[in-house]
Amino acid sequence: MVIEAKKGMYIIVVGGGKVGFHLAKELVEANHEVLVIEQDSVKAKEIADELGDIVLDGDGCEATILEKAGTARADMLLAVTGDDEDNLVSCQVAKQRFNVARTVARINDPKNEQFFRKLEVDITVSATSAIMAHIEQELPTHHLSVLVKLRGSGLELVEVRIPDDSRVVNQPIRNIQLPYQSMVVLVVGEDGQPKVPSAETVIHAGDEVVAVTLHESEEQLRDALLSPATARSF
Amino acid sequence: MKIVVMGCGRVGSALASELSAEGNEVLVLDNDPTAFRFLPEDFRGTTHIGNGMDIDVLGKIHLGDADAFVSTTRGDNRNVMAAQIAKHVFGVKIVATRVFDPLREEMYRNMGLRTINPTRVQAKRLKRVIEAPSDEAANELVTEFMRQEGL
Repeated sequence: MVIEAKKGMYIIVVGGGKVGFHLAKELVEANHEVLVIEQDSVKAKEIADELGDIVLDGDGCEATILEKAGTARADMLLAVTGDDEDNLVSCQVAKQRFNVARTVARINDPKNEQFFRKLEVDITVSATSAIMAHIEQELPTHHLSVLVKLRGSGLELVEVRIPDDSRVVNQPIRNIQLPYQSMVVLVVGEDGQPKVPSAETVIHAGDEVVAVTLHESEEQLRDALLSPATARSF
Repeated sequence: MKIVVMGCGRVGSALASELSAEGNEVLVLDNDPTAFRFLPEDFRGTTHIGNGMDIDVLGKIHLGDADAFVSTTRGDNRNVMAAQIAKHVFGVKIVATRVFDPLREEMYRNMGLRTINPTRVQAKRLKRVIEAPSDEAANELVTEFMRQEGL
């Protein structure tokens, strides 16, 4: 993994488990100044043996430890322990007390993503969500997959392949009742040609449709684009 | 009032039973079913086994309808995370939590949670008990502390 940033940032990694260790290793190799905070002293020593004197043995949620770590001059704090509550608090202390510009939290329960971002967490990374997204793209029965979430607005970009029996087949876009704040932004025909649709663009079976929608409207959008024609009589 | 208490330890159970006895509609949440043994026999509130940091669990108990939420587990981070979910996800008006670390306690108080830090008060009181001239004087002090709390 390559973190696209200026060389030589000071990055604090809270949590020296597998994720924290490998992250720290990559960051060191990318010439960043790295400090790992790990409260299990055995683990802390193992990391120090491997990566050198870049480990602080302590609780990365405690202001005194973060103070010792020089958090005030850190460009970024990455909280990657296995517990969501510890990652949240670590990011909040870093923001509130030390004004760290960017905080990143690893998230285990994907339901916490939105809520964390409302608070002091700038970026959330959820392995569960990432793996689910891959599975969803593979599953033919699960037609709607989220491509990317647009930060802040609550909007997301979703992709859907129009099934043969969908009620939108052979309908122009103006006939499709899309949910609030949802919009079809791209249609890729079976020939692989992408086109920016107008209200008159006719949807065909097998089209790949990229739409923007609110997370809350996902279900409705799925319904609007994927339900079989028999579900509602026109 | 409809009140949800997270954590049925000694403090949580005592709080829940007092609130319930005063006529409030109380639900106690704990992920350890054996924790409810701390509740008195005549407890009239509800108990629910589940993780108070899980948004689905809190939705299932209709936290959004509660007037107050209080977290009293042993973990500071668990307490403040659950409290913030109650406040920011479910919009509960009164959200209180116990935080043992004084620095974190102050920070979350400034961020709009009703926090209480038992550590400093207890340290002060323990010091006064040690400094009492005799065992009797120490006992009197403790009785005085209890009286101040209406116990």
